[in-house]
Amino acid sequence: MTKLRDVCEHIRSKQAGPFWVTMDIWFDSADSFERYKDSQALGPEAFRRLYGTDAALVKKIDVPEFHLIKISYPRATPQGGMVERDMHSGQQYVRLLDVDLD
Amino acid sequence: MTNDSGFSVKVLVPCGSLGAGVREDEVEYGLSQGAQAIASDAGSTDSGAAYLATGKSKNSRGAVKRDLTILMRAHANAGIPVIIGTSGQAGGDLNVDWTRDILLEVVDELGLSPKIALLYSEQSCADIKTFNREGKIKPLPPLGPLDDETVDECDHIVALMGVEPYIAALEAGADVILGGRSTDPAVLASFPIWKGAGWGPSWHAGKIGECGAQCADKRDGAGVLLTVGHKGFEVEPLAQDNLCTPQSVGAHMLYENTNPYVLTEPGGQLDVTGATYEQVPGDRAVRVHGAQWVKRPYTMKLEGAGGGMYQTIMLVGIQDPDVLADVSGFHDRFLAALDARARESMPPEEHDHFNISVRMYGWNAVDGAAVPEGTPPPREIGALFVATARSQELANAIAHACNPYFFHYPAVMEKELPSYGFAFTPADVPRGQIYEFKLNHVVEVDDPLQLVRTGWINP
Repeated sequence: MTKLRDVCEHIRSKQAGPFWVTMDIWFDSADSFERYKDSQALGPEAFRRLYGTDAALVKKIDVPEFHLIKISYPRATPQGGMVERDMHSGQQYVRLLDVDLD
Repeated sequence: MTNDSGFSVKVLVPCGSLGAGVREDEVEYGLSQGAQAIASDAGSTDSGAAYLATGKSKNSRGAVKRDLTILMRAHANAGIPVIIGTSGQAGGDLNVDWTRDILLEVVDELGLSPKIALLYSEQSCADIKTFNREGKIKPLPPLGPLDDETVDECDHIVALMGVEPYIAALEAGADVILGGRSTDPAVLASFPIWKGAGWGPSWHAGKIGECGAQCADKRDGAGVLLTVGHKGFEVEPLAQDNLCTPQSVGAHMLYENTNPYVLTEPGGQLDVTGATYEQVPGDRAVRVHGAQWVKRPYTMKLEGAGGGMYQTIMLVGIQDPDVLADVSGFHDRFLAALDARARESMPPEEHDHFNISVRMYGWNAVDGAAVPEGTPPPREIGALFVATARSQELANAIAHACNPYFFHYPAVMEKELPSYGFAFTPADVPRGQIYEFKLNHVVEVDDPLQLVRTGWINP
């Protein structure tokens, strides 16, 4: 079982405007990038389950020069709303660290 | 340090946001390198909707005044324009006027009388509704079509300006420009474009420099110097002990964007798919080539924010071992008891319109998600109570009604009542309205200046 944290050099999350969250996932090598970039464990359905977002709107862009994938999804609750717990979405990546990739 | 055919335009970006701490030595260095303009934004949407909805700045007046004083001295010494965008954090008319008043105080103290352009891009609800009826407003996901009710919920609506209003102000001879809400790169790109640099490199340089030294390798220093030519640009940090690397510069395209290759801006798209990043040999600068500007029909993004319900909070610290033995179970019983207590105390017509949450800091407050089986409890937990209701009085009333439960609710019913650790008296803290962004839409305009009003001081 390989967890994302085992093959990741760095991962961060941040708001991309008030309605979107964006994750930058740097793999630790080009090999890891190739092997896991299209893992279903990081697919739209996983984001629906983890973040309550609309799976159809999840966007993924590969950035091979940094062996990085960028995944963005709309917030399930409005920024600053009554159940806000992470205004800048800066801690949202943590839930991905223990995701099993294979 | 030119990057193509001897032509270049140098823009000093003193910091990532006005009020964040401009460094005098950095500005001096930038001027010594031949900076022809100083440009910075003064905010963004990052910190939430409150700053647009209330017209208040996040940065303190003193911090903004300090930074403006350094920049206006540089302006006076070097005779170069100072360009500020998204004034006062959110760029609404109130935010611009707040910054204007600070600027006027600064120029008075320095004995200067610069020609100041004020660019306002706040829109009235009535105008937005008209544009919407005319089919000129289009939603961006995840929001759907705009309706009048949503427009009415906004306290302030701004349209994000591109480079054209800034260029028009420079053309008219502005020494200082205080812009309302603008896209961050536009504020930095306007001067090089006005001077004849390439649109692709100018917009790309604007994007890279938007957060000041954040595109550099180390955390030292506040600002960068952009040198923009016809086909490319160079960026170097103003701090001498810092440097840019191809990685540090390229990686900035990822920041707070959903697409690191294509940015949609007013009037076009910046496409950096073919961009290359190389270290200038023996230097702290990185040379960037290959960005394209693709003209599109002119659109401006809209931001609208408004105040909604009201909140009152309470905070206790808990070290009680009975609570820590089953934090999640305790949370669920605690919340149910508080909710029932609030319900008893509220008028029936409010029962569908309030919310209570308890966030267990030290356990799962940040995500509210289930904690994995076997997670060891921490030594103590902070429990934050948040009541949300349709008026401050109601939110306060909920907190008052819940206070005894929040203070004493036991983990084990048979034992003597515990008393949790309140940090404040009074125990409840009314925190006012909550604020939300309501718009994620673009408006089509016939002319880049159509939604912009320009005011002048010392014309």
